[in-house]
Amino acid sequence: MKKLTLPISDEAIRDLKVGETVLLSGVMMTGRDAVHKWMNDAFIAKEVQPTEDDLAVYEAIKPILDGGIIYHCGPVVSGVETGDYKFLAAGPTTSIREEPYQADVMKYFNLKGVIGKGGMAGKTLQGCMDTPAVYFHAIGGAASLIAQSVQEVLTVHKLDFGVPEAMWVIDVKDFPVVVTMDSHGDSQHNVVEGKSQEVLANLMKK
Amino acid sequence: MQDLTQEILELIRRTSTDLPADVEAKLRTSYADEEPGSAAQGALDTILKNVDLARKNSTPICQDTGTLLFYVHYPEGLSTRKLKKQIQDAVVEATKLNYLRPNSVNTITGKNTGDNSGDDYYPTIHFEEVDENLPLTIELMLKGGGCENVGAQYKLPNTEMGAGRDLAGVRKVVLDAVHQAQGKGCAPGVLGIAIGGDRGGSYLASKETLLGKIGEENPNPELNAMEDQLTEEINQMGIGPMGFGGKTTVLDTKIKGLHRLPASYFVSVSYMCWAYRRRKMTVNGTEISYD
Repeated sequence: MKKLTLPISDEAIRDLKVGETVLLSGVMMTGRDAVHKWMNDAFIAKEVQPTEDDLAVYEAIKPILDGGIIYHCGPVVSGVETGDYKFLAAGPTTSIREEPYQADVMKYFNLKGVIGKGGMAGKTLQGCMDTPAVYFHAIGGAASLIAQSVQEVLTVHKLDFGVPEAMWVIDVKDFPVVVTMDSHGDSQHNVVEGKSQEVLANLMKK
Repeated sequence: MQDLTQEILELIRRTSTDLPADVEAKLRTSYADEEPGSAAQGALDTILKNVDLARKNSTPICQDTGTLLFYVHYPEGLSTRKLKKQIQDAVVEATKLNYLRPNSVNTITGKNTGDNSGDDYYPTIHFEEVDENLPLTIELMLKGGGCENVGAQYKLPNTEMGAGRDLAGVRKVVLDAVHQAQGKGCAPGVLGIAIGGDRGGSYLASKETLLGKIGEENPNPELNAMEDQLTEEINQMGIGPMGFGGKTTVLDTKIKGLHRLPASYFVSVSYMCWAYRRRKMTVNGTEISYD
């Protein structure tokens, strides 16, 4: 099984093909709906004037995202009141909601991948080819198990977004994922959808 | 009236951390049915390991502890107003203990309440009165947002799919719903389907069907046959666990018919993810049991 440590090089990303299982280690960040909208509105599309806090967070996350990974995840975290954070349950959330933003976020921050579930669509696949980056699929619902690969919660940004929507900076070891969209334009999701479409068409004739 | 807050807290803990035996058994059968070494079997292996671990450590099976749906059958004379307060208090307490994720977001302000307190609609509680000599029962279902998002409602007829106002038409739109969902609702799922009713009632009933056990026979033979047929045909589509491809796309299908207006013919499909979390507590005087 292939092992990769963050930050990841473009060459290592180009080497990855759909179907490969990878164990990821290093520092990454969670980010989902509110985070992608915030990145887009304040920094990429520049529709909203960033606050001082926004700018400070931006400076803090930029080096983590350069060559790094965003994990689509809204964890269950203990110690929120004391600051002694620990991930108790941390499976992936459905990625397709980030489809409007993901490719732009990848290019803007030089992300090498995202981890999520359910796969993403054409715009993100093009983003994977251009950046380059890949889509890593984790097992949806396997939250207690995945939380065990989180060694340490280093810090959190934008906790005012709420626990599930905040940016949690985590150090992971051997986080198991499968490449389902690669930087060469291949997507396991397109393959499965195409095959199931054929079966559906036949069933609809009955 | 006795204070059941702690007992309801225990119901929440069990529901979030301990997958029901019928669901786990079905997942194990599915694991055995998938090709050895396939991504589908790998996904089910991870799922089953996670189920064991969550139970052992008493941590949430899935981080999305979902919409809380309480179904309460209360004996005549019991105060539902007081019981509702106890349920809401137990939900806040369960959140502090990390059995639940703070999941309640004010849609207008965008703020998360942080403790799963909410409004009159949160959590969802259905009350139904029973005879005064019967026990109080509280059933809880946790339904994650990913699977809730792939639910669908159709009105028949549907010209595009050639789906008329009959069970053959219902079959077609259900097949379409599952195809649209692909792996996004955390397949393998369980389908709760209601036919008829108004839009709201139809969706409610589709979720109520999910309170039944996996493999439970439908009392209506025609619907029972249709449930089996749909499960088999859907699994031919090859979407598989997590949408990786494979033989197991759904674990079971449950259908209920409702009376409707002559003008309306709704089909509501509620998709429950593999993390099909539901538990029941029964209160018989001071004796409380869970199953």
